[in-house]
Amino acid sequence: MNKLQQIFGYKRENGRIGIRNHVIILPLDDLSNAASEAVANNIKGTLALPHHYGRLQFGEDLELHFRTLIGTGSNPNVAACVVIGIEPGWTKRVVDGIASTGKPVTGFAIEQNGDIATIAAASRVAKEYLHWASELQREPCGMEDLWISHKCGESDTTSGIGANPTVGNLIDKLDPLGVTNCFGETSELTGAETLCQDRASTPEIGEKFYATWKAYMDDVIEPHKTNDLSESQPTKGNIAGGLTTIEEKALGNLQKIGKHTSYIDVLKPAEMPTSGRGLYFMDTSSAAAECVTLQAAAGFVVHVFPTGQGNIIGHPIEPVIKLTANPRTVRTMGEHVDLDVSGILRRELTLDEAGDLLIDMTIRTCNGRLTAAEALGHREFVMTKLYRSA
Amino acid sequence: MTDQQNTSSAPDFLVHDDSDSVGVVVVEDSTAGKTLTGWVMESDATITIEAIDDIPLGHKIALNDLASGDHVIKYGFAIGRTTAPIAKGAHLHVHNTKTEKW
Repeated sequence: MNKLQQIFGYKRENGRIGIRNHVIILPLDDLSNAASEAVANNIKGTLALPHHYGRLQFGEDLELHFRTLIGTGSNPNVAACVVIGIEPGWTKRVVDGIASTGKPVTGFAIEQNGDIATIAAASRVAKEYLHWASELQREPCGMEDLWISHKCGESDTTSGIGANPTVGNLIDKLDPLGVTNCFGETSELTGAETLCQDRASTPEIGEKFYATWKAYMDDVIEPHKTNDLSESQPTKGNIAGGLTTIEEKALGNLQKIGKHTSYIDVLKPAEMPTSGRGLYFMDTSSAAAECVTLQAAAGFVVHVFPTGQGNIIGHPIEPVIKLTANPRTVRTMGEHVDLDVSGILRRELTLDEAGDLLIDMTIRTCNGRLTAAEALGHREFVMTKLYRSA
Repeated sequence: MTDQQNTSSAPDFLVHDDSDSVGVVVVEDSTAGKTLTGWVMESDATITIEAIDDIPLGHKIALNDLASGDHVIKYGFAIGRTTAPIAKGAHLHVHNTKTEKW
């Protein structure tokens, strides 16, 4: 591996390192999107994160909603946060959760105030946060401060040959340096589930993974499955790209965790890792925006996204780096591609070289290079919902 | 199929594992009747095979004759079963192969 460039990040109140410096306007619920977007429109440089949920949820589904919002606001890429909700109780719960990181956060409730007064009051606070955040400076950080998440999308056979093993090469090289990595995609390990189980650091963690995979199969797939999962697993794009079955897709997917790195724990959706530095598996959907949103909510600050046919996803606060080994995708939609590793298919580039290029691109992204998805304005923020609201 | 030394030229298809029954076409001009050169990544061997179908970039070519119901092997593991006989050099995809999972 080449000598690594120094990383410069924003040191947050809780000791975590961010690579972006956003002031976000976070709606508690669907009803508060309009006010949140109005505040972000008033105060240039702030960012609203509209979403669809937050009303009449209950049980584990509601816990996941709070975990996702509190985790997103707590992410080190966020300098400060304004929360707007329809009523004060649940709004305060999100504010208190984010405040426990030490980050500046203020909540506003719309009931008995109306949108206009709420927008005015929230805009004044957002403006003060923006002035404050804009004077924060980047500082030198260690590689062990870095949390990287991984997920592939619109994969094809070139993903399993080139782009995913390139990610695996990065993980194998950065895991020993203390980088915290995360992969997910529960359904998409079907066909490679026992191979994945065997990659756990202990038999107990392997069983925890297998139980998580099996629960999704039993609770969701079995009651609802259709032939070939209605061209959703593999997707239409996967099939167009040459992937025939879920087993083939899963074996390609698993290339992402490298040849010898073990995962040290299994996380619930949006759960923050607490078992120390290392590789984690998170129970997530295999839909790109849902998965990245959960990983960002768990505290991951930069995402590495290998694609085959050209998934174009981004995220509002966690930069998404795209790489592909498909030369046609590079040619037809190169504006979405941060790193072209199609040379692997032509035997012009080894996996070792490709892994070094990806590490370099990741560090440059951490140090401020905007990704293709950031430049193109991709801000997909998609909450995972476990079941219908009451 | 002939084994020869690694030539390092750009291959027409790639094979992950020595035991695989399919290769992945990595060029955009693989047409029926063309002799394709493949790189077996595990053993670094070079093989050649005549395509009997047009096979798009990223799609699979059968490396040997398969009967209906046979396992298809890729990465050294079963990725599903054939639903029809597939001849060596043919295009192998959703029209003649099915998952065993759902």
